[in-house]
Amino acid sequence: MVITGLNKHFGELHVLRDINLTIGKGEVVVVLGPSGSGKSTLCRTINRLEPFETGSITIDGVPLPDEGKSLAQLRADVGMVFQSFNLFAHKTILENITLGPMKVRKKSKADAEKDAMALLERVGVTAQANKYPAQLSGGQQQRVAIARALAMRPKVMLFDEPTSALDPEMVNEVLEVMTELAQSGMTMIVITHEMGFARRAANRVVFMADGQIVETGTPDTFFNNPTSHRAQDFLGKILSH
Amino acid sequence: MGELFSQYNVLGAFGITIVLTVLSALGALVIGTLVAIMRVSPVGFLNKLGALYVNLVRNTPLTLIIVFCNIGFIVNLGMSVSDDFARNNLVWATIGLAFYHAAFVCEALRSGVNTVPAGQAEAARSIGLSFGQSLREVLLPQAFRGAITPLGNTLIALTKNTTVATAIGVAEVAGLMKTMQEDRPDLMVPIFLVVAIGFVILTLPIGLVTTHLSQKLAVKR
Repeated sequence: MVITGLNKHFGELHVLRDINLTIGKGEVVVVLGPSGSGKSTLCRTINRLEPFETGSITIDGVPLPDEGKSLAQLRADVGMVFQSFNLFAHKTILENITLGPMKVRKKSKADAEKDAMALLERVGVTAQANKYPAQLSGGQQQRVAIARALAMRPKVMLFDEPTSALDPEMVNEVLEVMTELAQSGMTMIVITHEMGFARRAANRVVFMADGQIVETGTPDTFFNNPTSHRAQDFLGKILSH
Repeated sequence: MGELFSQYNVLGAFGITIVLTVLSALGALVIGTLVAIMRVSPVGFLNKLGALYVNLVRNTPLTLIIVFCNIGFIVNLGMSVSDDFARNNLVWATIGLAFYHAAFVCEALRSGVNTVPAGQAEAARSIGLSFGQSLREVLLPQAFRGAITPLGNTLIALTKNTTVATAIGVAEVAGLMKTMQEDRPDLMVPIFLVVAIGFVILTLPIGLVTTHLSQKLAVKR
C-alpha cells in the first residue's frame, strides 16, 4: 500500500499534510501521536470513510476508487476495527460476522456460518455466538469486531484505537488477538496508545503530530533513540507514568 | 342506543372506516419509507425533493387534499378508477390519506434513523455493503424499531383522520353520524357516544400494541 502527497482539510483545519507512507505486504505499522494529530483521520481516509483533496492512495498498485461499486469492493478488502466496536446492535454475534460474506462475497449461509464459527474460535468467543452485542463485555465485542473484519478475508486491517474504549482488564485479551494476527502475516495499520503492543508486534512505528509524519523507525530505534524533539517530548510524557 | 344499531348500519360504517384506515396506512408506510430514504440519501437532489414533499404535504390541511382528490382528480382531470361512484370516492380518499400521512411516516422514520449511531452505518460501509444494502440490512431495521412509537401515533391520527373522507361522500362513520343526527336529534348524546366509543375501541389497542412492541423490539446498545 502506497500513500503519496495526501492532504485533507476539515474546513479551515489542515488535518493531513503531505502524508507519504509505504506499507509492505505483511508489515505491521503502529501509528502513534498526540490527540488531534490526524492519526484517526489517516486511518479513516485509507478506506475512504473520509474523502481527501490531493494525493493518492494505492493498494496492490490500484488507486482508491471514488464512488459506487468499486469503492464498496475496496472496503471489503480493507478490514476496519473501530474504537467503539460498532457491532450491528440488532443482529446476533454470528449474524454480525456472516452478513458481509453473504451479502458482499455471495457465500452460502452454511459456508459463511462455518467460517464465522472458526473465526469466533480463533478470537475465543464461540460460546456467545447467538447472543446480541449488548450482552457481551467490551473486550468480547471488540474481538467479535476483529472476527467480523477478518471474515471478509481482507488484504489489510486497519485498527482505529481498538483498546481505547475498553476497561483496563479487557485490553490484553484484544491485544493478544491482534498480536496473534500480526504474527500470522496480516498487513496491519494500528493506531494505538499501547506502547507495549507497539514494541512487541510492530515492524515499524510512525509518529504523527499536527497532521504530519514526524518520524518513522523500528520500535527499538523509536522508543530508545527518538530523533525529533516532538517525539522525545511525547515519549517523555507517556513513559513517565 | 339499540335503536341506532337496528335503524342504521353502524357496524358497516365502522367497516368502511377500518378499510380506509388499513389501506391508507399501508400506502402511507410504503410512500413514507421511500420519502424517508430520499431524505437520508447522500444525493442532494433527492434530499431536497423529499424535504419539499414533507413540508408541502404536512402543512396542507387534510380536508383540502381530500377535496382536491375528488374535484381535482375525479371531476377536473377525469381520473376515475371505477364507474361505481362510492367506490371511486373510497379509492381516491385512500390515496389522499396515504399521501398525506406519508409525510408523517417519513418524519417518524427519520426520528428512528436518528436513534441509530453513525458508527453503525460506517461499520456497514467498512465491510463493503453498498448504500442500498447498508439501508436494508443495518439502518432501516434499527430505524423502524426506534420509530415504533411515533409510527403508532401516526396510525392513531390516521384512524381518526379518516373521518375527513366524509367530505367527498365516503360512507364511513362521520358520514353516518351526520345522517343519524339529522334523522334522530332526540338521540344526540347516544349518537356521539357510539361514535366516540367506537373510535376508542379502534385506537386504544394501537397504542397498547405499539408501546409493547417498542419495548420488546428495542435495540439494546
